[in-house]
Amino acid sequence: MNRQLKFFEAIREATDQAMERDPAVYIVGLGVPDPKGIFGTTLGLQEKYGTTRVQDMPLSENAMTGVALGSALVGMRPIITHQRVDFALVAMEQMVNQAAKWHYMFGGKAKVPMVVRMIIGRGWGQGPQHSQSLQAWFAHIPGLKVVMPTTAHDAKGLLAAAIEDNNPVVFIEHRWLHNISDEVPEEYYTVPLGSARVMREGNDVTIVGTSYMALEAVRAAERLRADDVSAEVIDLRTIRPWDVETVLGSVRKTGRLVVTDTASAAFGVSAEIVATVLECEFASMKTAPVRIALPDHPCPTSPALSNHYYPRADHIVRGVQRMMGIEPTTDMPAMTPHQKLDVPDPSFKGPF
Amino acid sequence: MPQLFDSQLHFKLYKEMLRIRIVENSIAEHYGEQEMRCPVHLSIGQEAAEAGACAALERRDYVLSGHRSHGHYLAKGGNLKAMMAEIYGKATGCAGGKGGSMHLVDIDAGFLGAAPIVGSTIPIAAGVAFASQMRDEDRVVMVFLGDGATETGVFYESVNFAALKNLPIVFLVENNFYSVYSPMDVRQKGDHRIIDIARAHGVEAHQADGNDLDLVYQISSKAVNKARAGGGPSLLEFITYRWREHCGHGYDNDIGYRTEAEFLSWKERDPVAAYERKLIARGLATQHEMDLMANELKQEAEEAIAYAKQGPWPELDTLSSQVYAN
Ligand SMILES: Cc1ncc(C[n+]2csc(CCOP(=O)(O)OP(=O)(O)O)c2C)c(N)n1
Ligand SMILES: [Mg+2]
Repeated sequence: MNRQLKFFEAIREATDQAMERDPAVYIVGLGVPDPKGIFGTTLGLQEKYGTTRVQDMPLSENAMTGVALGSALVGMRPIITHQRVDFALVAMEQMVNQAAKWHYMFGGKAKVPMVVRMIIGRGWGQGPQHSQSLQAWFAHIPGLKVVMPTTAHDAKGLLAAAIEDNNPVVFIEHRWLHNISDEVPEEYYTVPLGSARVMREGNDVTIVGTSYMALEAVRAAERLRADDVSAEVIDLRTIRPWDVETVLGSVRKTGRLVVTDTASAAFGVSAEIVATVLECEFASMKTAPVRIALPDHPCPTSPALSNHYYPRADHIVRGVQRMMGIEPTTDMPAMTPHQKLDVPDPSFKGPF
Repeated sequence: MPQLFDSQLHFKLYKEMLRIRIVENSIAEHYGEQEMRCPVHLSIGQEAAEAGACAALERRDYVLSGHRSHGHYLAKGGNLKAMMAEIYGKATGCAGGKGGSMHLVDIDAGFLGAAPIVGSTIPIAAGVAFASQMRDEDRVVMVFLGDGATETGVFYESVNFAALKNLPIVFLVENNFYSVYSPMDVRQKGDHRIIDIARAHGVEAHQADGNDLDLVYQISSKAVNKARAGGGPSLLEFITYRWREHCGHGYDNDIGYRTEAEFLSWKERDPVAAYERKLIARGLATQHEMDLMANELKQEAEEAIAYAKQGPWPELDTLSSQVYAN
């Protein structure tokens, strides 16, 4: 059918179809029924499902996460949304102490089927408190699952799977993915949690990417052809549980590993992947792994600084060239404050 | 403390309020140039509450705020040029370009900081008041928050702590009826909920017209004086209205969460125009004097914007500096 849908529309469709299939599914969050509808992802849902199943809420993220949890204990399947990962931090207690452990600490007597959607901001001066990428925080907690779709296709299938899952699932969307189109089937489908996707096959180096960085990895792989490097790109898709087998299998073939993550390298998802690969597949490695991720400091607001904060395909190319002993073919493009690196595309005019 | 009906005081209050209006309008005019590359939350429409409340404070007192903080920063005496430069992401900005519009700071002016995670500066302000009390410093703290922020857990917890310790703090709520595009009725119940929460904790609380500059000033002065005299915390809820879109420089009455008619009814209650009428009626100022002042302020705002535009970008080595203090 080749139907193209944008990522945000795919999120909306998954929510819509899940709500249609299961009356226990409901969605709540700041601004869910408002005219902007969480970057378009919830538009029209209240008109279709009413004010009980599609709700705005008080500015009380911690309590409302508990409310969602409580409703899940007795058979509802809540989706709670946060327009930024950063706002969800006030609900850490409910997520980490309660939701993550409820099943375990009561000896498996109860389940918490809930989805917590949160969005990573980037660009237009989102700055230190509106752009954090904290998947590692959540992935560090046994009992939580963590999903980060990259394509519209996977956004739909993974959200549907997250809603079907009987555990608390943190579903992290990158703001720069929302307007990217992909082929998305019309019918309901799930993409299983914990399965990575090989976006591009290759033999010389394995590049594992999360979320938006998987797209930068594809761009890098394209450019590396000029160096006669054949790069395999894996979109991790789920951070916890992550698809160890797919990554190990690829590294066995290539002997080289680059991990690129939307978060910082220190103590992060990229660290976990590198460590696991070295523990399991050290003998296959031809060279030390490389991490291309955020530097170890907060995100600044000024474009003059944030232009240098985010790694891009160039950095991945450089990393691969370095690990393979290839002379860098071109200089890194100069980055001036006047370069508009703080927008995903020219249609993005801020401010949010 | 100056006499309330002293004409100089009237003029000072008016100037502070008008200054916020003119600076915010200048930001709105220039925002479309896409050189201010950070979110801005303008307070046009709410200036009387901001200017009137801050006028009750001394320079040595402290203010903290949230995402919509330009007016609070200016009214507390924050440096205008440093604010503009911060919005433009320049090294000359009040936070060296690290923070942008949502993270203003001017320590010298007693503006300790604004942070846009809603509710989060409320307990921090209580902590500042706690220290002022511990050290017997005689400084009052005012924390600005919106109606939405009164729904956060830390709001209740902070009010309780302030009451328990009799802290020298004023919780200054600007109730503009919306949290982004969410109206009151999906978030809160009851017209007196906010002041009732304070009262339930034993904190004196008042609700008043936030577009009445003199009234805001009077009520705020009482609360500040009480706090300074050891009388403990107060909560003041000023009813007002945000004219522009929640975030950004345009208008958003057409997108469906509120009506043009509602907006227009509040525009009729423009705090600036109302005060101008009052000054003229009482013979405290002439239209000519007010026009002169407006011109002066407009020039000051444009100079600040020029200063911001001309300023240097932050040096690259500041990108990773200041993560830890020495
Ligand atoms: C903890 C948290 N949740 C959500 C947001 C997103 N947000 C930014 S401003 C705002 C509305 C705040 O409303 P109010 O306190 O009434 O202030 P106003 O914008 O009306 O001045 C929201 C929900 C946030 N910044 N922090
Ligand atoms: Mg409000």
